[in-house]
Amino acid sequence: MAYKYELDPERCKGCGLCTAVCPKKVLDMADKVNSKGYFPAYQKNPGDCVFCTTCCMMCPDVAITISETEAA
Amino acid sequence: MGKILMKGNEAIGEAAIRAGCLNYFAYPITPQSEVAEYLSKRLPEVDGVFLQAESEVAVAYMIFGASGAGERVFTTSSSPGISLMCEGLSYVACAECPAVYVNIIRGGPGLGGILPSQADYFQATKGGGHGDYRLIVMAPDTVQEAVEMVMRAFPLAEKYRNPVMILGDGLIGQMMEPVEFPDHLKTEPSNKNDWATTGMDTRKSKTKNIVKSLFLDPAELYKKNIILKEKYDIIKEEEVMYDTYNMDVDYKMLIVSYGTMSRVCSTAIDLMKADGFEVGMLRPQTLFPFPEKEIFAAAQKESVKMLASIEMSMGQMVEDVERSVKGTRPVEWYGKAGGEVPTPEEVIEAVTSMYNKECA
Amino acid sequence: MGKVFQKPEAMSSNHTHYCPGCTHGIIHRLIAEVIDELGIMGNTVGIAPVGCAVLAYNYFECDFQEAAHGRAPAMATGIKRVRPDLTVFTYQGDGDLASIGMGEIIHAANRGEKFTTIFVNNAVYGMTGGQMAPTTMPNQKTSTSPFGRDVESVGMPMKVAELLSALQTPAFITRQTVIKPKYITRTKKSIKKAFEYQLANKCFSLVEVVSTCPTNWGMTSLDAIKWTEETLLPYYELGDKKLPE
Repeated sequence: MAYKYELDPERCKGCGLCTAVCPKKVLDMADKVNSKGYFPAYQKNPGDCVFCTTCCMMCPDVAITISETEAA
Repeated sequence: MGKILMKGNEAIGEAAIRAGCLNYFAYPITPQSEVAEYLSKRLPEVDGVFLQAESEVAVAYMIFGASGAGERVFTTSSSPGISLMCEGLSYVACAECPAVYVNIIRGGPGLGGILPSQADYFQATKGGGHGDYRLIVMAPDTVQEAVEMVMRAFPLAEKYRNPVMILGDGLIGQMMEPVEFPDHLKTEPSNKNDWATTGMDTRKSKTKNIVKSLFLDPAELYKKNIILKEKYDIIKEEEVMYDTYNMDVDYKMLIVSYGTMSRVCSTAIDLMKADGFEVGMLRPQTLFPFPEKEIFAAAQKESVKMLASIEMSMGQMVEDVERSVKGTRPVEWYGKAGGEVPTPEEVIEAVTSMYNKECA
Repeated sequence: MGKVFQKPEAMSSNHTHYCPGCTHGIIHRLIAEVIDELGIMGNTVGIAPVGCAVLAYNYFECDFQEAAHGRAPAMATGIKRVRPDLTVFTYQGDGDLASIGMGEIIHAANRGEKFTTIFVNNAVYGMTGGQMAPTTMPNQKTSTSPFGRDVESVGMPMKVAELLSALQTPAFITRQTVIKPKYITRTKKSIKKAFEYQLANKCFSLVEVVSTCPTNWGMTSLDAIKWTEETLLPYYELGDKKLPE
């Protein structure tokens, strides 16, 4: 089963909570602001992501979604 | 069914049930606690909802919540209790929810007294809460009229999605008079599904309803105020109710008086007729919308020399009478407050001195 | 391994106005997830407070009413009494519930009203700019306690969950927090349990959720999490305080 990880930079307010809880240190803050002037989080090391949804749970803005895709 | 002898407070409670309102939230306060006592026995008999709240503030919001959910609901209280509900009245008016409130006025201000008064006229008609809102206000002069006004208040509130207030006084509440509950005044609740929080399952639209009064965008709040004003202008056009007494003959003085006070005045008018005093009376049954045009027209009658606003307060409705007459005739006030109810003789004495000055 | 994660249906897709790192957003999502899982969106009426969550009706997809400050429990009582078939919840902050609305929440709980209250305790008034709340900690600086809360003058912070648990009427009252993933799962369980008590017409239910207010605490989101753990949680002990059984 393959998963698709999406972090919507426009929904993110750059609070950083997700980066603090990711067990695999996948997430970091970007250095370019989104349209609202926040530095959004992004997957710095996407390969290490195990799709555990911890970041999704911690995000106050539902900026992160994980969905299933057909086996690539 | 024929007439039955009933205490005003109890008749008011029964009237709501007969109108088709089975939900009542209230808090005890003299002189109208009997409504709650009566309904605490009666509502369970008809599978209605009776709840004594922790305060009139809480009552105001139980009413708002229930009305916002699309159910008919009403409450009764007295002066200080109504003061506590005034914030809620402003919310209910802004959110455009129908609800019925009965104020059995007691002497004020402050803790005041427990005897009859009409000193909440301003509070009811000029807004005790904040912002530009109006209540439709009806003032009964008999227990029978109180019954009919309560029954008519529910469809009226729903027609305009606006709070309606019945303004009685300690006498209307405490008197026993023969009453009947006209079947034709029983109505079905209406006009609720497109806006009330009835639960999306109950509505085909499946979109959420929001009952609120916050409009942070000034343009939106201004638009809401315009909507409310248009509603109140229609109410002024279509819902004025008044009664007349001894106005089919020439009169030199026109008394404007409502509720219990108007009954004393009619006795005084009869007694003065024998002594050649020509006095008529216009009795507003709705205090908002106030019968401005009718009072103005009555004042223009050739024979009329002056008007007198006679009320159980230190002079409140007199301002509306003056406003209606637009300076075309002198307007005087007479009244007593604090629970004192003027006697016919006291009214005659006051009217005679005015009459001799202006009308002789 | 791996799971999917989507926005719950009962939550709208609107961006919230809450500040970055404010945990209101998490609590909203948990409620929406519970509403979805219980399949009650079409039957639920939420009541927004006056406070940061006054705009909650923009973030849920179910019917909503907006209460005057502190009066949500009275509105919920009004709805629940005339429409007991509706699922009703109030969402209130500490100024709304424990200050102006203390009378309403105590009496609603004491009557055993069958609605659910989600009580967000972040130790300040958020919307109005960080003033002292009944739950502000001793010596905690706020915009109206600039020298720190002086318990000699204004008393100790209120433990609402314990206060309400002292009432004799059966109820489900718990205190949780959402400052860490492990706590989030427990909070969600508690919210679900609260709604289930309501659906079973069993008792009044209240979930106090210790939360952050980075902006008004003058901290980053992550420091706010730390401060909550070090300062708030020792005082506002987590766990179920009262069960109806």
